[in-house]
Amino acid sequence: MGKQGGDSSRLISEQGLRLDGRRIDELRPIKIEVGTLKNADGSAFIQFGKNKIMAAVYGPKEVHPKHSALPNRSVLRCRYHMSPFSTEERKNPAPSRREIEISKVMREALEPALMLEDYPRTAIDVFVEVLQSDGGSRCAGISAASVALADAGINMRDLVSACAAGKVAGQVVMDVDDTEDKEGQADMPVALMPMTNQITLLQLDGQLNDEEFSKAFSWALDGCKRVYQLQREALVGKYFGTNGKTEELSQ
Amino acid sequence: MKRKYVVPGEVVARGNLRADLNVIRSGDRIISTRVGMAEISHDVVRVVPFSGPYIPRVDDLVVAKIIDYSAFAWEADMNSCFFGILPAQSVFGRDYSPAKDSLTDRLEVGDMIAAKVIAFDRTRDPLLSISGPGLGRIPRGQVIKISPAKVARLIGKKGSMIKTIESGTRSRMLIGQNGVVVIVGSPEDTLRAIKAVDLVEEEAHSADLTERVQRFLGMPTETTPSEQPQQQEAEVTPASSVATVTQSEEQTGSGKVSDVESTQSEELNEAPMAAQTDDALINDSQ
Repeated sequence: MGKQGGDSSRLISEQGLRLDGRRIDELRPIKIEVGTLKNADGSAFIQFGKNKIMAAVYGPKEVHPKHSALPNRSVLRCRYHMSPFSTEERKNPAPSRREIEISKVMREALEPALMLEDYPRTAIDVFVEVLQSDGGSRCAGISAASVALADAGINMRDLVSACAAGKVAGQVVMDVDDTEDKEGQADMPVALMPMTNQITLLQLDGQLNDEEFSKAFSWALDGCKRVYQLQREALVGKYFGTNGKTEELSQ
Repeated sequence: MKRKYVVPGEVVARGNLRADLNVIRSGDRIISTRVGMAEISHDVVRVVPFSGPYIPRVDDLVVAKIIDYSAFAWEADMNSCFFGILPAQSVFGRDYSPAKDSLTDRLEVGDMIAAKVIAFDRTRDPLLSISGPGLGRIPRGQVIKISPAKVARLIGKKGSMIKTIESGTRSRMLIGQNGVVVIVGSPEDTLRAIKAVDLVEEEAHSADLTERVQRFLGMPTETTPSEQPQQQEAEVTPASSVATVTQSEEQTGSGKVSDVESTQSEELNEAPMAAQTDDALINDSQ
C-alpha cells in the first residue's frame, strides 16, 4: 500500500470535502442488522460505507479435535475471509497473509469481552465474510462479530466496537475508505470495549507524529462510540422492534 | 420493580444489590452479560435473556435423546453444548455389571428420555437421572425444539400456558427446561399444538399472549368479543404490559422449577398413557 502523499486537492478539496463528499471528521453511513442467518447460533450483517460484511457465530459447541479443548474455558476461533467478488479484481479465495493476520487480531480484539470461563471444554467459532470491501473492513468485521456473539447468547463483559482514523493529504481524518487508505499517509484501526473503556485493538499502518496520533486516536474512539450506539439499537431492536431506543420501563 | 432493555456491558444498577442471573458485579456497578430485559428490584438484579444456548442447571427437568453408550453409561443430547451422562448403575442398580446386564435392554440409541440434571459444574459434563416420578423413557410423541429462553413463557404462570394449549388441543405436552418439547395427541391435534407453540415462541413479548393462543385454538377467552376493544384501550403502553405479564411468568420459569415439575408429573400420572407403564418398568428396578 503506497503511503506517499497523493494529489492533495483530490483527496481533500479546498472546501474540506473528501472524495465521497464527507468532511474530515465524518463517519460513513452505517447499518447493522441482527439475526440475518437462519443456521448460525448468532449472526449480524453490517454495511459500513460500501463495505458489506456478514458475521456468523457458532457455539458454544463441542471442540473437534478434542485435544484442542481447554479444561477451564472455551476456545475462540475466528476466521476473517474476503470473498473473491469482494474487490474490484477477483481475490484468490485462499487465505492470504493479511486475512490470517486479521483473523488473529480479531480474535484478540473479541476475547477480552467474552466470558469464556463460563463454557469450559467447548469452542466458539466466529466467521466474518467480507462480501464487498472498501477499506476499514477489519473494524466493521469486529463490530459485526461482536453483535453476532451477543445474538448467539454468549456471556459477554461488554460489546466491542471498532472504527479507524487515519491521515490523508496531510490531515487527520476519521474513517478511512479504500482509496484514502491506498493514497493516504496513515490508517489506524482501533477497537474499544465502550462500557469498560478498554482498548482491545490498536494498529497503525503508516506514520503519525505525537500530535497527529492523539488526534486520530481520539477521533477513532468517538467513531467507536458511535458504532456502539448502532450496535445497541440493532440488538435491542431485533427483540422488541422499537429500533432500540434506550427505554426505561417502570412498573 | 424496574425494567429496561440491556445489552452486554451495560450498567443495570449501582449499589449493594445482589447480582442474580446474567449479571456481574464490577465495583459498585452491576453489569449485564446478555441481551435481554433487566429486572431491578430493591434488593436483587437479574437479566432475562432474549436468546441463548441451554446451559444445564442442577434440578432442571430436561428432555434428552440417547446418542451413544459405553460399558457404564449412556450419553444423551440435551440440546446443549454439553452432553448428558446417564450412568448404568442409576438405572440397573448398584450391582450393575457389564457382564450380566446389557444397556440396550433398557435404553437404545435414539430413545427420548425425560431426565433430571442431578449434577453439573465446571469440571464435568452434566449427570442425569431418570429415577423419579414422571421421568424415564418417552415412548411416543412429536418432538419439537424451542429457544430455551422461551421455556418459562411456554409453561406460563403456574402452568397456565401449557394447560391452555393442552386443553385446547386435547393433547399432552412435556416441556424440558432445555427447550425440547414432546407433544402427544392425534396427528391433527399435535399439529395445532405445534402451531400454538410456534405462536408463543414468536410472540413471547406480547401482553395478551394467553388470549391470542386461546383465540388461535378456538377456545373461549375470558373476555367477550364486545369487551375486547375496551380492554385494549385500557391497557397501559405495550411496554408496561409486557412487564406485567413477563414478570409473573418468568418468575415461575426460572425460580420455581419444582412446582413446574410436579405439575407435569401429575399430569403424566393422571392420563393412562403407555409412558407410565414404561416409566414404571424402569423405576421398578431401583
